[in-house]
Amino acid sequence: MDYEFDWTSIPGALPILWSGLKVTFEITVTAIVVGVVWGTLLAIARLSGNRLLSTLSAAYVNLFRSIPLVMVILWFYLIVPQLLKSLLNIEATTDIRLASALTAFALFEAAYYSEIIRAGIQSVSKGQIGASLALGLTYSQAMRLIVLPQAFRNMIPLLLTQAIILFQDTSLVYVIGLADFFGASYKVGDRDGRLVELLLFAGLIYFLICYGASLLVRQLQKKVRVS
Amino acid sequence: MYNWNWSVFLSQTPSGDATYLDWLFLGLKWTAALSLSSWVVALILGSIFGVLRTVPNKWLSGIATAYVEVFRNIPLLVQLFIWYFVLPELLPSAIGDAFKQMNPLLQQFIAAMICLGLFTSARIAEQVRSGIEALARGQKNAGLALGLSLPQTYRFVLLPMAYRIILPPLTSEFLNIFKNSAVASTIGLIELSRQAQQLVDYTAQPYEAFIAVTLLYFILNITIMFSMRWLEQRTRVPGFIGEAK
Repeated sequence: MDYEFDWTSIPGALPILWSGLKVTFEITVTAIVVGVVWGTLLAIARLSGNRLLSTLSAAYVNLFRSIPLVMVILWFYLIVPQLLKSLLNIEATTDIRLASALTAFALFEAAYYSEIIRAGIQSVSKGQIGASLALGLTYSQAMRLIVLPQAFRNMIPLLLTQAIILFQDTSLVYVIGLADFFGASYKVGDRDGRLVELLLFAGLIYFLICYGASLLVRQLQKKVRVS
Repeated sequence: MYNWNWSVFLSQTPSGDATYLDWLFLGLKWTAALSLSSWVVALILGSIFGVLRTVPNKWLSGIATAYVEVFRNIPLLVQLFIWYFVLPELLPSAIGDAFKQMNPLLQQFIAAMICLGLFTSARIAEQVRSGIEALARGQKNAGLALGLSLPQTYRFVLLPMAYRIILPPLTSEFLNIFKNSAVASTIGLIELSRQAQQLVDYTAQPYEAFIAVTLLYFILNITIMFSMRWLEQRTRVPGFIGEAK
C-alpha cells in the first residue's frame, strides 16, 4: 500500500463537520417525531373498520415502501416544489433543500413507522378493546388510553432500531447537495484532496454513534422484557 | 400550466441511436443486474457469517459478530464511497491502478456490487443466525448423535430448516436490495433512478420521467413480492411454519 495518510485537514474542518452533524440530527429528529405521529394515524386508519380509510392508508404505506429513498428525496426536491410553486406562486429563489429533505424523510419514515405501530397495536389483545367498550369508553378513548400506551411500550425497541436506520439513511440527502454530516465530510475531503481520510473519518463517526445507540437499545430491550 | 407530453419517451435521445424509453429500460437492466448479482454475494457471505455466529468456537463467532456490526452500523452511502473512492487508493498500486483503468461503468458496477452485497450480507447473517437459533436444540444434538460431523449437521439438518423459516424476512431483504441499488446512482451508475435524473435534465419533462420510473420500481416490487409469496407457499414445512394467510 503506497498511500500516505494525512489527517491534518480534519481538525480545522471540525466546525464544518459539526454543523453538518447538526443537520443530520435535525433531519433525524424531525422525521422521528413527525413519522411516529403520522405513522400512528396511518396505523389507526389502517386498522379502523372504515374501508375507505384503511385502503387509503394501505396505499400510502405500500407506495412509499416500494420506492427507493433516493427517489423519494428527489421527488420532494425536484417535483413537488415545482408543483407547489406553480400553484402557490412562491418565489423561485428560496433554498428549499432542507425543507424538502425534512418533508421527504418525515413522510417516508411514517410509512415504515406505521407498519411497526400497526404490529404493536395488533399485539395488544383484542379483548382489551372489547372490555374498554363494555366499560363505556368510546373507541378513540380505548385506543388512546388503553391500547396505545401498551402498544408503544412493546414496540419501543423496534422504533429505536428504525431510528438508527433512519439516522444512517439521512446521509442520502447527499443527492440533493445538502451538507449534512456526510455531505460536509465529502465537501471538505474534495476541497482538500483528502477524500480518503475524510470518508474513513465519517464512516468511523457513524459507526461509533450507531453502534453505541444499538448497544443502548439492546440494554433497553432486556429491561422491557423483564418487567 | 405544465405541458404534459407522454410521447417524450418515444423521441430520440441526443445521441440519436435510442429513444428515452430505451434509456429507461437500460436503467432497469442495470438495476436488475446490480441487485441480482449483489444478492448472490449477500446470500453466500450472509450464510457463512450467519452460521459462524452460531458455532461453538468463540473466535469464529466473535469475528462474525464484528463483521455484522461493522456493516450494519455504517450508512450504505458511506460504505459505497469507501469502496469506490477509498479502497482503490489503499490497495497495492498495481491492483488499484488496474481498477482505475477499467471501463468507468465496470468500476461503478463492481464497487456497487461489492458494497450492496456486503451490506446486505450482514442483515442476512442475522436472519440465518435467528433461523438456526429458532430450531430446537435437540435437532443439532440428534444430528451429532447420529454420527454426523458438525458441518454435516449444519448442511443436512439445520440449514434446510433454517432457510425455510427465514424465507419471509429474506423476501424483504430481497426487496430492499432493489431499492438500495438506487444508491449506486450517486457514483454515476446508470441504473433506474440515475436515468430518472438524466431524463429530467435532457427532456424538461420531469413529471413524466419521475412517474414512469416510480411506476417501474413499484411494478418491480410487486412482481418480486408475488413470486416470493409463491416460493414461500411451495417450501412451507407443514405443521412447523404457519400456514400463509
